Formats: sequence, structure tokens, C-alpha cells
Amino acid sequence: MIARKTENPRSHRVRSDGPFYLGLGILGGVYVFLILAVLVADMAFLVVPEKGASGPNPFLKALASPEIRYSIKLSLISCSITTILSLWVSVPIGYVMSRFRFIGKSFIDSVLDIPIVLPPLVIGLSLLILFSSGPGMWFEGLFHGVTGTRITYAIPGVILAQFMVACAFAVRTMRATFDEISPRREQVAQTLGCSRGQAFWMVALPEARRGLVVAATLAWARSLGEFGPILVFAGATRLKTEVMSTSVFLLMSVGDVEAAVAVSMIMIVAAVGVLVLVRLMGSERYVR
Amino acid sequence: MIALDQLTVKNGGFTIADVSLTIPTGSYGVLMGKTGCGKSTILEAVCGLKPVSAGRVCIMGEDVTERKPAERGIGYVPQDGALFSTMTVRDHLAFALRIRGYGRGAVQTRIGELAGLLGLEKLLDRKPHGLSGGESQRVALGRALSFEPRILCLDEPLSALDHDTRLEMCALLETLKTRFSVTVLHVTHDRNEATRLADLIFEVGDHGVQALENEW
Repeated sequence: MIARKTENPRSHRVRSDGPFYLGLGILGGVYVFLILAVLVADMAFLVVPEKGASGPNPFLKALASPEIRYSIKLSLISCSITTILSLWVSVPIGYVMSRFRFIGKSFIDSVLDIPIVLPPLVIGLSLLILFSSGPGMWFEGLFHGVTGTRITYAIPGVILAQFMVACAFAVRTMRATFDEISPRREQVAQTLGCSRGQAFWMVALPEARRGLVVAATLAWARSLGEFGPILVFAGATRLKTEVMSTSVFLLMSVGDVEAAVAVSMIMIVAAVGVLVLVRLMGSERYVR
Repeated sequence: MIALDQLTVKNGGFTIADVSLTIPTGSYGVLMGKTGCGKSTILEAVCGLKPVSAGRVCIMGEDVTERKPAERGIGYVPQDGALFSTMTVRDHLAFALRIRGYGRGAVQTRIGELAGLLGLEKLLDRKPHGLSGGESQRVALGRALSFEPRILCLDEPLSALDHDTRLEMCALLETLKTRFSVTVLHVTHDRNEATRLADLIFEVGDHGVQALENEW
């Protein structure tokens, strides 16, 4: 220790940065590699035929089945409807939570997080319990009277189950988006002659468009992957309430792994496609 | 004319009380004070952006204390400009006129006038991210002047600018002062800026707001 004290502080030897960069690279790289490896394995499983296996490509075989085609169609339509509904709800909630202070705000803030922290299966079960209660049955009767379709074990149930979870993510995103936009711009718009509503539509919402795109993507991707709540609340009836995630589950449960992977691949392509689309739209060139 | 009569404004846990001052029509009033003394809060209360807990705000003899910001006819330039990131310079200059339902021709004429006055002709199709600090402030000033307000409220409009740009902007504000009969309330902490531009100087201190003589 005495020797250290007498050392010239100017001759301090700086440690190499190598181990730090190596650590960052290895820890981060493992996860990126895992994601890519999973995708490559899926593709290899479909492209490279198993020994002794013959017959048509499992991908085309899966696509040829009317049940699978129905589930793809239902998935794409229900996810899109859920996304639109989520945006309609998440924009006003996000705006209110970001711009206004009111009694009970922290309570509502916690309530909005419940769908994110609850296990999805529990959400499905809770929906089912709600709709078997008196008011729930009354509402379903009313809905049936107006639209001619039920909610539970029907397509509206699929959408509601997706919406319950997807919307919570859209709300979080929209709130963070409005938090980042200075209210000053809306104030200036008000001095220029806008009402609060006009300032919102003409200034705040256009400024929030990047957040809107992100919220829509998150909502769409969450609904595409939704499984537990749909299974419990809307069932998995073929050609009725079967979506892609339930198809994968049903195909796996009867041992048709090839078809399950084929449907999974379609979901991967759809999800990656949306991701790329958002990246393109979200790039500086498009946003500014 | 801007007249504040025993105005009390709360801003979070901070209260600025009993502010009285009068800026006659066509005069350039500067409100000075240290950072955090509440001078911007007073300006925001004049614009209607901060609720007033007591006292009155009168514009041109009219009590506007309970009026919405949109009804006060005040051109407001905040410190950072607060330009609308999605709009071009042209859209900024047209914004208040379109809200008021002006025709296309009238809007174009007014854009031409403002662009000429503020040297924005070559910037009309740019968006805020492509503008320098001085250009942004000129656009913010043009946007505030576009609907020919009777009152202009400037919140430290020069503080974020470099020395040369600040001198240019000062010269521009002097031009506006001599060419238009607009009444100005300008908030700053810079004494040089105040003495150069002001007809009247008010200082926000520990004992409220006091009028100072402009000793140039």
C-alpha cells in the first residue's frame, strides 16, 4: 500500500476497453443469435424434408386446408379491427392521462396496467365470468338483438379478448407519446385562435403520429399472438372462432407438427412484415 | 393597452401576488427579473394560459380575465419558439388565418407580407427541423403576428440565440415597434435587451413588480 501512495499519479495506466466491449458483445449477441436461430430453425424444418418423408410441401399443404385459410383470414381481420378499436380508445386515454390532473388519476393509472400484469388466461376467464353474470348476459342479449351475433364463443368474443390486452399496450404507448410532446405547442395554438379540441386535432395529434404508428403495431402484434383469453372466452371452434394461434395449438395437440410450424411461419412473416413496415414509416424521412 | 390589476397567479407551489402594471397602447413594455421569479407566469396569465386566482387582466380596456386564450387576440412567442414540427413555415404563417376562415387569396397575401417583413421568403417550404435558432424565432414571431393581434407577448424570445443573431432579432423587434402600433409585453432577464427595446421597464422582485425608468 505504501508503494502505491508513492507512485506518480500521472503514470496511471488506463485499463483496456477490450473486456468491456467483449462483455457487451457477448451478452447482447447471445439473445440476438437466439432470435435468429429460432427463425432459421423454423424455416429449415419446412424446407428440408425429413428422411423418408414425401408428399407436398407442408407449407402449401397447410395453406390448402380451408380451416387454416379461415383462421388466417379471421386472424388478419380481427387483429385489424382490434387495432382500430385500440387506437380509438388509447388516444383519448393517453391524452387525458398526460395532459390533465384530476382526483383518482393514480388509481386509474394502476387500473390501466391491470391487463398488462394479469396472466392472459385469467383475463379470458374473467371475461367469461363477466358475461355469465346478470348485466353481462343482458348486454350480450342486447348485442345479439342488434347485430344478430353473440359475443361469447363467437367472433366478437375473439375481438374483445384481443382488445382487452392489446389496448393496454396502446394506452401505455400513447401516454408516453403525449408526455414527450410539449403542451406548449397546444397553448400557442390556443392563443392563435384554436379551442382545446382544435389544438388537439390540428397540433397534438399530428405531432403524435409516430406514437400512433407504434401503438397500432403493438396492438396488432399483441392481438395476433393472443391465445389464452381467446381459447377461454371465444373457444377454438374450427371455421368459427379459430385464429392462427389457436390453429397452432390445435395442430400441435393432434401431433401435426409440420402444419403447426407452417402456420407459425405465416404468423412470423406477418409480424416481421408489420415490423418492417413500421420501421419504414417511422424512419426520419417519413416522420419529418 | 395591457393593464394588470392586483393579479395573483399560482404556478404549482409558487404564488406571485398583487401584480399591477399598465402598458399604454403602442408601447413596448419589458418585464425583467431573475430566472424563476415568476415573470413568465405573469405573461402566461396575460395570455390566458395560467388560471388567475385573484385580480384582473384588462386588454384594451376590456376585462379578459375569464376569457379563453383564443378570444384574447394576443400573439404569443414562447421561449423555445414551440413551432409545430409537422408543419412548414408557410403553414405556420397561415395557421391562425385558416382557423379564422380566411380565403386562400387573403392567406397568400398575408404570408407574402410576413415573409418579406421577417426575411422568410426562402424558408417557406421548410419544416422546423431544418431551421436555425434565429430562423425559428422569426417564424414564431411571424406566426404570432399573422392575425394582426393588438397585443404581442414575447417570453425571452432572444435568450436561446447566439450574440450576432440576437442583435439581428433586436433590430427586427425595433422595426416592428416603429412600424406597427402593437402593444408589446416582452419578458427577459437581459438588461441590455431591455434598455434597447423598452419604452417601459418593470422589474419583478421580492416586493412585487416595480416600474423602472429606462435610463438610456
